Amino acid sequence: MSTALMSCRNALVLAVLAGGVVAAHAADIGQVKIAKGQVTIERQGKAMPAAVGARLQVADVVRTGADGSVGITMDDDSLLSAGPNSALSLDNYAFDTTTNQGRLDTSLNKGTLSVISGRIAKQTPDAMTVRTPNAILGVRGTEFVVSAND
Amino acid sequence: MTDLLARLRFVAALAVLGAVLGACASGGTVVLLPEKDGRQTAVSVRQGDKEVVLDQPYAAARTNAQGPRAYVASPQDVNAQFGPALAAQPARSARFTLYFVEGKDEFTDESRKLIDGVLAEIARRPVPDVMVVGHTDTVGSESANDALSRQRAEVVRKGLIARGIAPEDVVAIGRGKRNLLVPTADGVAEPRNRRVEILVR
Repeated sequence: MSTALMSCRNALVLAVLAGGVVAAHAADIGQVKIAKGQVTIERQGKAMPAAVGARLQVADVVRTGADGSVGITMDDDSLLSAGPNSALSLDNYAFDTTTNQGRLDTSLNKGTLSVISGRIAKQTPDAMTVRTPNAILGVRGTEFVVSAND
Repeated sequence: MTDLLARLRFVAALAVLGAVLGACASGGTVVLLPEKDGRQTAVSVRQGDKEVVLDQPYAAARTNAQGPRAYVASPQDVNAQFGPALAAQPARSARFTLYFVEGKDEFTDESRKLIDGVLAEIARRPVPDVMVVGHTDTVGSESANDALSRQRAEVVRKGLIARGIAPEDVVAIGRGKRNLLVPTADGVAEPRNRRVEILVR
């Protein structure tokens, strides 16, 4: 089920990107721009250290340790940055660079997150969401902070 | 024996109560921050069928088992709780706009001079990635303009690569006549719409 779902998502992202983008890594959806202390990326059950410059994909979970923080720029210009002891999951991403239509769904499972929304939310209000364990945020713009499980 | 069973039941009940209380205690905070240019913004906070919309600077909601509760946060609250997250925010993208000669993928003379500024901005960033977005005016069909806008963006991308930018760090896209800088009717030659935007981030 989850594998099927994931390949569906990847196919969607690839289909969208194939329309308008000339890129070396079509599955990339964002990039780590800032990493301090312990920061890891979990991809398909494996954890790897998240160095500055690391590229992110759909379904990645970015985790920070007690001394960690991380800043991410998504391809639609959304900025996501998390403080210590955080877990941020990039659940769903689709972005058509020609029309600016898309979706960006993330989950903050714990910790703190600051968000500056990008072109997806600007084009379509509520096409960007942040889910916490007990709430769903619909993003109409632009800059906010959210915490989970504190 | 019955006594032991009763005790075990009691311990089990305590464990369940603890888990429930733990779940109740876990909540979260959402705070809308002010916009630099004063634009209207908003975030909706939904729990089941209950919703709070935050649409003023420092409008905030506390989420817990009872649903979202609105309040007003202070900048001090935000810094105390979110300081490290805010400090890790990547730099916003820098945007450059360059203009083209009508129907061609050549820069105007003035725009050619801006390229050095673009390269300097790219050099200033620790891990640059660059998006080149091509646009056209409304002369011609949608498909012709989509192709022309992408061609313009691709020319710029190749130009940046020729000046030493890594190919995997530059993406070229075309938006045709969908995003006019100066709104016009269809079929209007408008130099300010024939442009590429270069986003450096």
